[in-house]
Amino acid sequence: MNIELLTLSEVENVKGEQGNFTVTIKKNPRYVDEDKCIACGLCAEKCPKKVPDEYNEGLNKRKAAYIKYGQTVPLKYAIDPNNCIYLNKGKCGVCAKICPTGAINYDMKPELVDINVGAVVLAPGFKPYSPKGVDYYGYDEIADVITSLEYERYLSASGPTIGHIARPSDGGEPKKIAWIQCVGSRNTNCAKNGYCSSVCCMYSIKQAVMTGSHLSSDDNEQVIFYMDIRTVGKEYERYYESSKKQGVSYIKARPHTLLAGPDGVGVTMTYTTEDGTQNDEYFDMVVLSIGLEAPADAMVLADKFGFDLTQYNFAKTDSFAPVSTTRDGVFVTGAFHSPKAIPKSVIYASSAAAEVEAVLSESKNTLTKEKTWPVEMDISAADPKVGVFVCSCGSNIAGVIDVKDVAAYAATLPGVEYVENNMFTCSTDTQDLIAEKIRDNGLNRVVIAACTPRTHEPLFQETLQGVGLNKYMIEMANIRNQNSWVHPNEPEKATAKAKDQVRMAVAKVMGNYPLDDVEVNVTARALVVGGGFAGMNAALGLANNGYETVLLEKSDSLGGVAVDLYETWKGELVKPGLDAVISEVENHDLIRIFTDSTLKSVTGSVGSFFGEIARGEDVENLEFGACVLATGGHGYTPNEYLYGQDARVVTALDFDKMLANDQDKATKAGSTVFIQCVGSRDDQRPYCSRVCCAGSVVNAVLLKKSNPDMDVYVLNRDIRTYGEREDVYKEARDLGVMFISYTPETKPEVVNLGDDIVVRVTDPISGFPLEITTDRVVLATAIIPNDTSSFVDMFKCGVNADGFLSEAHPKLRPVDSTVDGLFLAGLCHYPKPINEAVAQGKAAASRASVVLSKKTMKLDAIKSHVTQNCDGCALCVDVCPYNALTLVEFEEGGKIHKRIKTDKALCKGCGICAATCPKEGIVVDGFTQSQLKAQVDAILERV
Amino acid sequence: MSDNFEPTIIGFLCNWCAYAGGDLAGVSRFEYPTNMRAVRVMCSGMVHPDLVVDSLKKGADGVIVMG
Repeated sequence: MNIELLTLSEVENVKGEQGNFTVTIKKNPRYVDEDKCIACGLCAEKCPKKVPDEYNEGLNKRKAAYIKYGQTVPLKYAIDPNNCIYLNKGKCGVCAKICPTGAINYDMKPELVDINVGAVVLAPGFKPYSPKGVDYYGYDEIADVITSLEYERYLSASGPTIGHIARPSDGGEPKKIAWIQCVGSRNTNCAKNGYCSSVCCMYSIKQAVMTGSHLSSDDNEQVIFYMDIRTVGKEYERYYESSKKQGVSYIKARPHTLLAGPDGVGVTMTYTTEDGTQNDEYFDMVVLSIGLEAPADAMVLADKFGFDLTQYNFAKTDSFAPVSTTRDGVFVTGAFHSPKAIPKSVIYASSAAAEVEAVLSESKNTLTKEKTWPVEMDISAADPKVGVFVCSCGSNIAGVIDVKDVAAYAATLPGVEYVENNMFTCSTDTQDLIAEKIRDNGLNRVVIAACTPRTHEPLFQETLQGVGLNKYMIEMANIRNQNSWVHPNEPEKATAKAKDQVRMAVAKVMGNYPLDDVEVNVTARALVVGGGFAGMNAALGLANNGYETVLLEKSDSLGGVAVDLYETWKGELVKPGLDAVISEVENHDLIRIFTDSTLKSVTGSVGSFFGEIARGEDVENLEFGACVLATGGHGYTPNEYLYGQDARVVTALDFDKMLANDQDKATKAGSTVFIQCVGSRDDQRPYCSRVCCAGSVVNAVLLKKSNPDMDVYVLNRDIRTYGEREDVYKEARDLGVMFISYTPETKPEVVNLGDDIVVRVTDPISGFPLEITTDRVVLATAIIPNDTSSFVDMFKCGVNADGFLSEAHPKLRPVDSTVDGLFLAGLCHYPKPINEAVAQGKAAASRASVVLSKKTMKLDAIKSHVTQNCDGCALCVDVCPYNALTLVEFEEGGKIHKRIKTDKALCKGCGICAATCPKEGIVVDGFTQSQLKAQVDAILERV
Repeated sequence: MSDNFEPTIIGFLCNWCAYAGGDLAGVSRFEYPTNMRAVRVMCSGMVHPDLVVDSLKKGADGVIVMG
């Protein structure tokens, strides 16, 4: 209700400044009236004009009247003006004739609208790199060379082949498929893209792993040709390792010649492995793992809004304000910020929301709308009176199902008082009609036989609320999505099924009872645990949005692990950036800082937590509505490579300290060897620590620049300088830093030979052992999360096998913990560099603000509910995944009894308790055992 | 069993995955036999074993719990 969606729109002009922009938007015509379109799809079905379907990469056709894909938002059809016959030739008009709601309007014109906004967020996405015109990949000539996006569509159930992989040349099923990485990324020859696209390694591994399940035969093979595998995200390294066990092979090579196979089927590929062997190998298909480029209109946007771009046309930002463009009040998220996958896009989006909240905090809630409802009527004493409304959905339902027959049948069902068939039950006038019928006939239960409750139940619930009927007195019979649309050729059976569905819904709704949405009071105060970059930014985000924030730090000062860092990969010194944040936090009126303090206990749940903060002997009670955990991490202390035995062997954090405090000591050495993956990517810590490659490479560049005579080596397993960090890697090579790769089987050795330290490693190309005499060895040690067990115990939040706190959903909710009202930021979630920690800190603030922004929070009423049958056996307590159940004792008739109690704020209504209970002692409102049984009985009535 | 035997199958569909998949099958116009009757549940975990046994006892030919 508070989001206005402008589709087919583009920015024409921008005036004003932060706090008061006027943005002129050009709204291009849809040629379909959004208010009238009911997405029945008839226009697309009858449209005679077929054009390549860009959603499926042109692998199949769509019509000129179309929706982009099944889950399009808004789900409204559009007419493609470049291809519509009527719009181009003035003839045809079939869609206008066929449209049952008269939604087609060929006379729509582009409109210019001015909107007044205080801040702007840019999320224009990316442009996939096109390998067209690059001869050595053969994309233009060889049918079976396709892009990874095309392959993705082949794998998709909504793709052109419904998930079957078909070799484009002859439609046959491929057995052997190769992926070529870094196509259009890390390439300044045929593309001008020096950066790494960050996402392609992972998507290619995913595609390779999934391929097996899309092929009919087990006799298949997937090979990935790569330069470095960059699985730097959470759980990615595990996925990579498990893909090898599942049979995906990896070859470190850049194939240079691709030719069509015999008879134009398949591909013959030539590549040279690291040992110099040249191979010619046949593959049925070759997938080009294409990179991400800045959006096509990046320069236009930058020009209109007046901000700077990087050399690759991504938005320019700095590490300490990662979503702020160089123009005040204009923020950026998604791949336009830098190439990124879904989790980071979501984090940066929430981070941008936090920045906008800070800009708009003075005028907060001045434009928000809220609905009000009439007082609810009491129906507790009334007999059930059911109204059934059967929707024709134009011809979507009525074209298959005999809706009149279904309506007539519904009238015969017990409890049914009123029945009507509507052309479009969801239309505004029908809502008014339903309201009128409820009033006139004294209906206290409603069944809507139409589409799916997943999209439409909230609409009908509002109609009930509008006449003072409890919104849970409704059931829907899904006779469209799960009937007429899937049984178009069996009208009789579909009609019989629809009658069953209506009978089931009526049987269920008879057992419905009014439910109240759970309302929890919200304490508008936040607790942030951890005073590092992530925690401080979370606190600032919250405080700048107007919320009182308590920042808890267990050590005696703020700063966290960043205190030891020297510079970012962009060359910004960390100390000034950190000092600025510390000072801002310390001087903020709304932030209270507790150092030397820990969180001793927590009770309560989202909206109202109660905590005890311990500072030495003192304990202070604190009420808070939401909490951000930013408990940080620390470096691994190695017991290998002579660390602790020879002072010349230091960790990366030691080395950063040396750079900050005694740079000469670092730069005056004759030689420095960096060893990567010390304590990462091994059996004990099978994850990549994400930041160490860029960290070592940046320092190697610094050494080479200050002392060009120094020999600098980086011993590595893969160099994982993702994103634009790749530029630093290239700079290092240009400066003469030597990169030598090793494997877990050929780990380097560090030995002390009297005055010298010698590093022994095998040269991967010649296979010869190398001995490097050096003055210093820098170990890029793993990042280990600080102990979070007390938080896991107190909040009952999830934690992964490596000790990192778990997010509610790895892609879609990367900042929310598994517990409502608890959010995560920084190293406690996963290793990350400063800019990402800052972004996640701000994102957590924004997510927490959603909770804090209201005095009370409404949660839906579908929750577990303890009945009189409960005898306190407590079987359900252990199975509850949300710790929402407790066993309580009470006195009745002089006896002590036990019974289960539900915490409705924690309960998610999953009903595992109900399925475990042997006596219906606990049920889920809206889905009680009796209601489910009633539906089963209704189904089987006719058997 | 006659050739035109039409089994009655009761499906318990989790609202968040299987039921959503059923809706998407509709949007995608995938056709499948009409025999299943779907009971929407908020989690396949809420399907009590008694419900399954009851369904079979009362004459269902099959029960499918999807989640």
